[in-house]
Amino acid sequence: MTTGFESADIDHGAASSPDMSEQPPRSGGSGRLGPTGLARIISAGEVVGLYALCIVAALLLSALIVQLTGGDSLAVFSALLDGSIRGPGRIGETLGVMGPLLIVALGAIISNRAGLVNIGQEGQLFIGAAFATYVGTRIGGPGPVVILALLVSSAIGGALWAGIAAALKYRRNVPEVLTTLLLVTVAAQLAGYGLKNQWLLLAPPEGRANRQQISQQLDPDSRIPLVTMFGNQFPISVFFALGGAALVAFLLARTVWGFRLRALGHNERTAQRAGVAASRYGAGALLLGGGFAGLAGGIMLAGGDFGNYTLVPGFPAEIGWTGLLVALVGRQRVFATIIVAFIFAGLRTGSGFVAATGVERRITDVVQGLLVLALLIPPALLFLRQRRRAMAARESRT
Amino acid sequence: MGAFLAALGDVLTSEAAYINALTFAVFLAFGATGEWVAERSGTLNISIEAMFLAAAFAAAVGYSSSQSEVVALLCGMFAGFSVAFVQAEMSHRLAANQFVVGLTLNILVLGLASFLASELDPVTTKSSSISIPLLSEIPLIGAALFGRSWLFYLIYLLVPFVWWLVYRTRWGLEVRAVGENPQSADVSGLDVNKRRRQSIYVVGLTSGMGGTYLVLAAVGQFADSIVGGRGFIALIAVIFGGWTLRGTLAGCILFGAVLSFRLSLPALGYDVSGDLLASLPFVVTIVAMSVFAKRVRPPQALAQPFIRGLK
Repeated sequence: MTTGFESADIDHGAASSPDMSEQPPRSGGSGRLGPTGLARIISAGEVVGLYALCIVAALLLSALIVQLTGGDSLAVFSALLDGSIRGPGRIGETLGVMGPLLIVALGAIISNRAGLVNIGQEGQLFIGAAFATYVGTRIGGPGPVVILALLVSSAIGGALWAGIAAALKYRRNVPEVLTTLLLVTVAAQLAGYGLKNQWLLLAPPEGRANRQQISQQLDPDSRIPLVTMFGNQFPISVFFALGGAALVAFLLARTVWGFRLRALGHNERTAQRAGVAASRYGAGALLLGGGFAGLAGGIMLAGGDFGNYTLVPGFPAEIGWTGLLVALVGRQRVFATIIVAFIFAGLRTGSGFVAATGVERRITDVVQGLLVLALLIPPALLFLRQRRRAMAARESRT
Repeated sequence: MGAFLAALGDVLTSEAAYINALTFAVFLAFGATGEWVAERSGTLNISIEAMFLAAAFAAAVGYSSSQSEVVALLCGMFAGFSVAFVQAEMSHRLAANQFVVGLTLNILVLGLASFLASELDPVTTKSSSISIPLLSEIPLIGAALFGRSWLFYLIYLLVPFVWWLVYRTRWGLEVRAVGENPQSADVSGLDVNKRRRQSIYVVGLTSGMGGTYLVLAAVGQFADSIVGGRGFIALIAVIFGGWTLRGTLAGCILFGAVLSFRLSLPALGYDVSGDLLASLPFVVTIVAMSVFAKRVRPPQALAQPFIRGLK
């Protein structure tokens, strides 16, 4: 066995783990076979070209759907841009949506790094928001204390919810992908139950319609403060989300903890032999993932971009699902994830403006879906080609 | 608790309760039988939600333009298959992550269906029921099982067929092998990803039938919220059933009953918390998985991609 062989084998362990990240397409596989110089530049150009081609195809297809149903596709795209970035104050709205999306995605990145498939962010987020509502409307005290308490409790709520999945995985060997998915529905039903009972989350009868399921509104001084920059108003939590992204990127790439997490994600058995306790690090990663999703729920509640500072059934508004998608489309890399989160948030805020063009606003979901599918194709193609080359190289050597 | 038992007694002795419960249960069962095949082959196919919805929409459009229920069924199955085709090609040919593809398809189809529904506005009527003589006169359950639309009766053919397909054909054996140990299956000369793609087509076709049944026989009118997350319940029924066909069907009946009781209990005048009742099957599923973890085990390669040469 040559050294090239061995380095290829390390790659294998990486991509065959249940880690949801496909390996980034490193051109040429093992270093020995990798193209250099000019070839590398050509291959980089190829990658960019492939991405551009797929994105253009997705946009053209969306335009075609609009045109076929008698709409004006240019007007729709222009309305999308107006609603997400060009209109006055719209960037602020988009940032307000980006914050929670990014936080959910960061949590997903952490769990995925450890090779865990947590797909229950939607439920963890709802439980977090419910905890935040309970704490935020019950405890008194100065504003900042209440805000801090409700955010901390939202993170604890989300972590506890993910903790059920972690406990079942490491105590009873139940796959976390199943439990996290099941717990999404249970979370929605628990929150619905809380919103029917006044001793839990339901607002007192005065100030709401009969049988309406709505929580009490957060007091004005226990809401996340808004900042105004260049005519854009957004909750200050956006900065914390970005700071959190930098912190997560640093922790994953530059600390022993991050290294152990990655080792666990690449090959659990090897990591165990090297002294990384799967149950401790894995459970920790799941709890953190849930905690981030829960925190996103707390921020959605106290930031005001969702539900007007109240909790209602259906509160998560698919931010949990979309946040997971953001992490996966961003291919688990923090910087790419920030950009993807902003684009997805823009599609959401832009959709409100699409209705004015006479085209049903749900077209933005179509645009988003087609874009994601388009973004999945280039890395998959490149990865497969790299695999084929590596296999061919291995066969020619043996 | 007493009130709950009284309510349960009332429900168990009312014919309408059985009819409602089975209406939901059969809809779930159409999707779940196919989903069971896909999960046995190693795919946790979450785009079943999209398949149901695409099928329901296509069936509504097919029916409103042709006034034929057969055309509607074909349209529905074609739509379900189309979603399955995208899912299969993306996740088991291009090796993109199956959850990303599934989540995306769910969003995409929901957007497409509500967008096109507002443009086309398909009008449908509820399919008329055909009573089977004698059998439909069995007290309590007769009307629920044998006084239905012809679309309902398809389930009586589908379930034995799928059972035969998975347990009595070479193809079925290969599907199960691919879901348990793709590396060994590959070494013995099976095309792992091809079998997985084919089993996703099976979900597409069966949930195509389910979507058609939902819009024509159960609801009668298309709305973009018509599926409303019940695709996930069909998926969970497979987990509940411990990856056996029998268990999957039991899960469908239980979940169907709970879904319909939730609607019918308040109407009967009982104050039982619908939310807690509705979460019961999920909690039971989780508890069952952890208690019987030794005996009930998922297909070993469930949700794990297969790329030749890796591992």
